[in-house]
This record gives sequence, structure tokens and C-alpha cells, in this order.
Amino acid sequence: MTSQTQSEVLDTSIAPNEGRDERPLLSISGLSKLYGTRIGCRDVSLEVHAGEVLAIVGESGSGKTTLLNCISSSLTPTAGTVTYQMRDGRVSDVFAMSEAERRQLMRTEWGFVHQNPVDGLRMTVSAGANVGERLMAVGDRHYGQIRNRATSWLDRVEIDTDRIDDQPREFSGGMRQRLQIARNLVTGPRLVFMDEPTGGLDVSVQARLLDLLRTLVADLGLAVIIVTHDLAVARLLSDRMIVMRQGRVIENGLTDRVLDDPQAPYTQLLVSSILQV
Amino acid sequence: MKTENSEIATYNFAYLDEQTKRMIRRAILKAIAIPGYQVPFASREMPMPYGWGTGGVQVTASIIGRTDCLKVIDQGADDTTNAISIRKFFEKTTGIATTTHTCEATVIQTRHRIPEVPLKAGQTLVYQVPIPEPMRFLEPRETETRKMHALEEYGLMHVKLYEDIARNGRIATTYAYPVKVEGRYVMDPSPTPKFDNPKMNDCEALQLFGAGREKRIYALPPHTKVVSLDFEDHPFEVNKFEKPCALCAAEQVYLDEVILDDQGSRMFVCSDTDHCEERRAAGHRGELAGHALEAAQ
Repeated sequence: MTSQTQSEVLDTSIAPNEGRDERPLLSISGLSKLYGTRIGCRDVSLEVHAGEVLAIVGESGSGKTTLLNCISSSLTPTAGTVTYQMRDGRVSDVFAMSEAERRQLMRTEWGFVHQNPVDGLRMTVSAGANVGERLMAVGDRHYGQIRNRATSWLDRVEIDTDRIDDQPREFSGGMRQRLQIARNLVTGPRLVFMDEPTGGLDVSVQARLLDLLRTLVADLGLAVIIVTHDLAVARLLSDRMIVMRQGRVIENGLTDRVLDDPQAPYTQLLVSSILQV
Repeated sequence: MKTENSEIATYNFAYLDEQTKRMIRRAILKAIAIPGYQVPFASREMPMPYGWGTGGVQVTASIIGRTDCLKVIDQGADDTTNAISIRKFFEKTTGIATTTHTCEATVIQTRHRIPEVPLKAGQTLVYQVPIPEPMRFLEPRETETRKMHALEEYGLMHVKLYEDIARNGRIATTYAYPVKVEGRYVMDPSPTPKFDNPKMNDCEALQLFGAGREKRIYALPPHTKVVSLDFEDHPFEVNKFEKPCALCAAEQVYLDEVILDDQGSRMFVCSDTDHCEERRAAGHRGELAGHALEAAQ
């Protein structure tokens, strides 16, 4: 995924995989979110192509999560547009859709992995039902098939399949996070939003989760927008990254270019503050 | 309006004031217009605790007229505390006729059961509902459940049934079994046993549901399509009983278990007491009815 070190190209709209469709999957222009007079994020424009992983990095309070929530339509932006290209090729404005359509989109084409798995899981129903919920939401009504698909997804995210009837509150933090990923991917989404998916996990669990995510993203050809403050996560997972500070995008480019040759002073500071072990 | 009984002349007919009744009737009309939809209404304080049927009593009070004949049942029985006190309440505040016979009643207020005798056109069944929201235990946010009803997002109901099968090997929900009304709204049929769910479908009578604490009214107009939710490979089934009623030998009816002593002996009898009495009056005898009735004769 990160084998473009040699690339000198700064045209950031190049998708890493064979560009079947030249049009971006998601495009955002002039997006701003104000909380009263405070700035959440201001005038952000970016594009994400199918199969591409984009990392949004920056310090706490730089507007990363606000931006992610606006893009994924959990927050309504103050200004700007978000357009998404549907599976059938139709391009539509996310905020012009009816709420029913938007929620349908979120259940089928999109996924959202929260930082805290408790926000993304139903803690009081079994792991199998957590994975199966999206299937049932899109109309699956065959118990046996739902269970089989839940089993195979648990296996895929390295959770023992005999834990299918256990509730996620009996799971460790890393297992919960993997369960949340399975729950999101079961309906085969094309775009997944991740908000600090490795936050709060110890380093060895983080490493396994990142490895798993990298495999899944590559296998499924997912487009991912991942918010992280951890540059190592960005380096491992993403093709491109944007650096945010005080609500604005201050640098934008291929991940390896930004990390190896940071241009903006703040990015230079950020890169140089990584601890070297 | 004054009731016949001069001692309580200070109360309006059927306890509630006329403005309140109009407000509740408007909610009922809306509920009938949108079958299965929960209509909010300004539930009043009633002279009984929440959970004892305040919603049902308000609905009954709003629709009852001087020519009506009221029957009240609790768990199918006409002679339990709750049924007797609600029946007496309406006898006092309206002075109308009451009955225990299903076929004579025009308004039947019920907790938990639908009478065994099929209801006819012109009758109204009023349910007392504790929790009207079928998704409440999986989704505690009211704003969210309303949105789910509005957008017809009912995947969560199947999550509940999935959990049942995963834990018990079958759908173990035996009461408050969710139904889909006219292919649109998912509705909680109040804590009736799922045995009664098929009776709701295409019923000739009007069915009204009142939840006093939760301030919701919903309805099934006559001949409404009511389908119990299920999975393709785990279809909906009603409870089956191994033996007929021990008193009247009725089959295909809902039975209550009665413990007879501390040695573990038990009997199963009709939960619908009126149905059981009428059958015995017609000469049907169950295995435990024999000697007691002979002694009486």
C-alpha cells in the first residue's frame, strides 16, 4: 500500500488502483463547520477515489473529527457540499438526499468505525446479532444464512467463532474493535470512515488490528477515510494524507511524500516529534 | 351530564370531562386512520396507579355510551381484582350495563387476552398497554425509535428475534410478540400471549390500544392485516398445549397452569373464564370437572 516512495507526483487525485472510473467516489468542496463563532473546520476540499485510503492527521482540536462527522453526514456543515458516487454511477449530493436515503446509504454503502467500540456496537446483544444487524436491516430474513455470514466474518476478523453468542461486553478492547469492523463490513460497503480505530489499544493489539485492516482494505478494495493523530497508523494504512491545524488543511499529498518531505512548518514539527525507538 | 347515581353526581359520565374525551377521541380517530401508528395524547391522571390500566380506562371512558354493555377481563378472567375494580368503576361512573359474556358485550376492556369466541363487527376491544414501543429494549432513545418508525427501519426487530433463536434455539418470545400492520408499522400487541396474535389479523371488531403512562394510543380498524414477524427458516408458531382444559375439555384455547398442592400436581384450565363457563354449561366436562359438578347437582 505504501510503495509509492519513489513517486514525485504531487497530483494528489491519482488513485492507487487501476482507475476504472476516473470520477472520484466522494468529493468535498468548501466544507466549513462553525460552532457559533468557533471554527470546527473551514473551507476543506478533497476527493477520495474508489479503493483509496486517505488519512486525516493533526493535533487534538484541529477539526479532524468535526470534518469526518460532516463528511459522513452525522453533522450538518455550515457551508460546502459533499457528493458521493453511488454504486450505479449516479452522483448525488449527500445533504440534498432525503433522510431515508441517507440512512440507507449509511447502512449499505458506508461504514463508520468509532474510536470507542461502545458507540458503534450494541453491547447487550450477541456478537452474531451485532454482525447480522445490517443484514437484517437491508432485508435478510433467513436466520441460517445470517448466522453463517456472521460466523465467516468473525473468523475473518480473527474472533473465535465459538464466541458468536457472547455479548461484546465480555470482549476485550481489541476484540470489540475487530467486531465493530466486521459489523461494518458485512454488507460490503465501498467507503468506510474510521475515527481513531486504534486509539486506546495497547501497541501489540494495535499492530494486529492495523495488519488486519490493511489486509481487509486491500482484499475488499475499500475506500477509507481514517482520522488519526498517530502518524505511524497513517504511514501503514494510507495512500494519501491531509494535515489539519486550527480547522484548516495545511498540507495535502501522498503519505510518504508528506512524512518524508514535509513542507509546512507545522507538519515538519509534527513529523519530527515522533519518538524514535 | 349527570349519572343516575346521585351520590357521585359531581362526576361527569364515565369520569373524564367532555373536553378530555374529545381530545382522546381525536387521538383514537387518528390512530384508526393510520393503523399501528402510535398517536401521542395528553394522558390524564386516573384514580388508579400506572400499570393498572390507566390507558385502557381512558380509551374506554372516551368511547363508551349509555347503550353500551361493558366486559372487563384481566388475563382472560372476569373475576380478578383488576377486572372487577375497573368494571365497578364504570358501573359507578356511567351506570351502564356490564356483562361477563363476550357475545353480549359491545366494549371489552382487556389486559393480556383476546377472548376465545371470535369477536364480531360492532364490538370494540380495548387493550391496556404498558409499553407501546416494540423497539424500546433495544433502542432506548425515543427520538431514534420515532425516526425508525417514520423511515420504516425495522431491522432491529429481527435482531431481537435473532437473539432469541441464538440463545434458545427457537423464537422464545411468548408475549408482546411484534407484528407488522398492513405492511407498514411494526406494533407491540401489548403483553398478549403470541397465541392471540393470529386473532388480531382480519378481526371484525375494532381494536384500540391505550398506554396511559407512555401517553400513546394506537389502533387496528376492522379487517386489518396483522402479520407476526419471523424468519424464513424459523416461522412464527403459536403455543401448543399438550392437554385440553381440565374443566371444560376445550382444545385450541389458551390455558393457564394452576398449582394444586405442594406435591407438584397441577392442572391446566382455560384462561378465558367466560368461555370455560359457557362450555361447562353446555355439558362439556374436563378430567377434573367431574365430581365437583356432580356434588353441586
